[in-house]
Amino acid sequence: MKRVILIAYGELTTKKGNRNFFVKTLYENLKAKLQGTPCEITKDLSRMYLTFEEKDQDLILDVINHTFGILTYYFAYQMENDVEEIKKRIVDIMNLEQFQTFKIETKRSNKDFPIPSLEFSRMLGGVVLKNIEGISVDVHHPDVTCFVEIRRDFTYIYTKPMKGIGGYPVGTQPRGMLMLSGGIDSPVAGYLAMKRGILLDAVYFEAIPHTSLEAREKVITLCQKLAKYTSKIRLHIVPFTELQEAIYKNCESSYCITIMRRMMYRIMERLAKKNHAFAIINGESIGQVASQTLTSMKVINEVTCYPVIRPVCCLDKLEIIDLARKIDTYETSILPYEDCCTIFVPKHPVINPNLEAAKKMEESFDYQSMIETLLKNIKTISVTDVKKETFQDLL
Amino acid sequence: MIRMIYLDYSATTPVRDEVLDTFVKVTKQYIGNPNSLHKLGMDARMLMNEATRQIAQLLQVREDEIIYTSSSSESNNLAILGTVLKYPNRGKHIVTTRLEHSSILETVRFLEKYGYVIDYVNVLEDGRIDIDDFCRLLSKETILVTIGSVNSEVGVIQDIKRIAEIVKDYPTTFLHVDGTQAVGKIPVNLDGIDLFTFGAHKLHGLPGIAALVKKHNVEIEPLIHGGKSQSRYRSGTPTLALIASFAKALRLELADLSKKQIEVLKLNRFLTQSLQQIDGVVINSNNHCLPSIINVSVPSIKPETMLHALEAHDVYISTKTACSGEGDLSDPLVAMGKSQEIANSSLRISLSSETTLEEVKQFLKIFEQCVRELKIK
Repeated sequence: MKRVILIAYGELTTKKGNRNFFVKTLYENLKAKLQGTPCEITKDLSRMYLTFEEKDQDLILDVINHTFGILTYYFAYQMENDVEEIKKRIVDIMNLEQFQTFKIETKRSNKDFPIPSLEFSRMLGGVVLKNIEGISVDVHHPDVTCFVEIRRDFTYIYTKPMKGIGGYPVGTQPRGMLMLSGGIDSPVAGYLAMKRGILLDAVYFEAIPHTSLEAREKVITLCQKLAKYTSKIRLHIVPFTELQEAIYKNCESSYCITIMRRMMYRIMERLAKKNHAFAIINGESIGQVASQTLTSMKVINEVTCYPVIRPVCCLDKLEIIDLARKIDTYETSILPYEDCCTIFVPKHPVINPNLEAAKKMEESFDYQSMIETLLKNIKTISVTDVKKETFQDLL
Repeated sequence: MIRMIYLDYSATTPVRDEVLDTFVKVTKQYIGNPNSLHKLGMDARMLMNEATRQIAQLLQVREDEIIYTSSSSESNNLAILGTVLKYPNRGKHIVTTRLEHSSILETVRFLEKYGYVIDYVNVLEDGRIDIDDFCRLLSKETILVTIGSVNSEVGVIQDIKRIAEIVKDYPTTFLHVDGTQAVGKIPVNLDGIDLFTFGAHKLHGLPGIAALVKKHNVEIEPLIHGGKSQSRYRSGTPTLALIASFAKALRLELADLSKKQIEVLKLNRFLTQSLQQIDGVVINSNNHCLPSIINVSVPSIKPETMLHALEAHDVYISTKTACSGEGDLSDPLVAMGKSQEIANSSLRISLSSETTLEEVKQFLKIFEQCVRELKIK
């Protein structure tokens, strides 16, 4: 019996006029991720069908479990729209299940099929009862519900729903620029942003020699983990050393972090413009550190008119950690390499900075030209999660 | 008819085609130094990291706990000397056994010159260490316990879990386990072990690459200085092709391990039963030993004579181990209380999961013939 994976869309079905666009994006995303794996995806307005070779099952499940836009999916058995065939198969399928009570639910979108849904359910129920011992029908609280979907080309029978990760397909929103430091919060922020369909670029501020190449590698690894949810992520590496040193030389130490963040936002805005992105995304969480108090945020945010999305801003640290574990970034995030936010941390950073004071300090050195120079020296690399497969034949 | 019969897998194993493929491909395709900052270096480093991740996963340790070395001997040296160099002010007492590989025994003997006191745990008749004696020897002064998981000559398997539990009560004592003969043969569990040695060429991998697992909460001093390479505990340009081939060899060796164990056990039973029936052959291995190692003595025949007689039939086994030191007596057999006659006439037959029953039968025929002929002379 041929098995296919039947994918039910999540919130996509509420999109009316845009539904096609959402479905198409999900379709393209799955296709891109499954490139090189022999499988076929067909789609219609309410379902996607994925045919695959049994040996690839684990790989395909891994892809499905990392693709936004999938609410539920089923392993469904595919057969011809033939009454006798269906009767025979349904017994085989139900024999694989462990249950005492069951019900059959038929959906007949193919109105050419001669038997109406309710009647067909009753008929199939009778067949199952007759062929499997010790079971009964319970239409209210069955142990197993067996779905029979009669569609134009084929009939599909399936039982257990499996949960996808929901959200919107990545790419249904335009690009957003994620500030990825290497800590616990920013990868989670990136994940949540992608969950709402945002196409993600990551930006890493690097202060070599104060930060090491290991720190950069760590960020690349984080990107790889995030790339599992899309097909690739562009990572922009910003050479921040000169500007950061200038800040510490020219500004009051308590204001250094405030001003550093303002500089970062300025650079983020420039990068967003250049890359046709519409938002800045980061892992700020209200009150977590001095630069993340509301007063700090206001002073820092003042340099940009771009929306700054802070997906984890209202989560507790422990909630963020839970998510980080779920998306497998936690263990990487806690590797002990310095990033540019942890070096030069003043003893007493200002908690309630004053905008005018910050502006005045910034006037004391020519940061604009430094920003121009560093923008010219940004390195962009494309990070995919396929590295495992590339090395597969070697390892 | 089988041409050559190789039953010396505990000395080294022939490399698998897939492993050699990896070595060749990586050598040709990844020309960058993993420590270079350009793209070629980055690609090489990514491959190295992935290989390390794979090895770490297979052994259930952390990636940063793997240190690559050139051989198990080097790993053993690094473990022992690295520990004592790091903690010169701790106790100067080391506990080991007479069953160890020469790269351990020679290294601790070398340390005697520097004031270290070495104690050798008593060994029971079956080859396992005397746990009571072991407990008696341990003290606050003990800086290191080094005990092999599986002895290479007789194949005795030590209860490492129990040993680790005992050492746990001594917070300043490190436990080093030489797992060279164990990995790929029996399931290994590194819980409670501070330092762990294993190498590729016993796993159908290439010689020239081995590793020391150093738990992240353990510090050692490097023996080869020169800055950070793959690990700051061992300098030298990482041998990427060997590292990748090592990861592959380990993966392939550990696949279906329990199935392979059963296959080897079957061969072992057949071989042991058949050898027992040959007049003048004494079996030294017992059921505490690794099924792939069968140590026998033929007291009336010099082991070298036996080895060369078999060699004339294109059959290859070992006398003692390929790399044990000078002297005719087998240290492990002496430690197990065997007579001198037995200890200086021991032979090691070692199997692999690739050994066939046909090979074993053929071997027995030739072995019996050699014993018969040589005894008459």
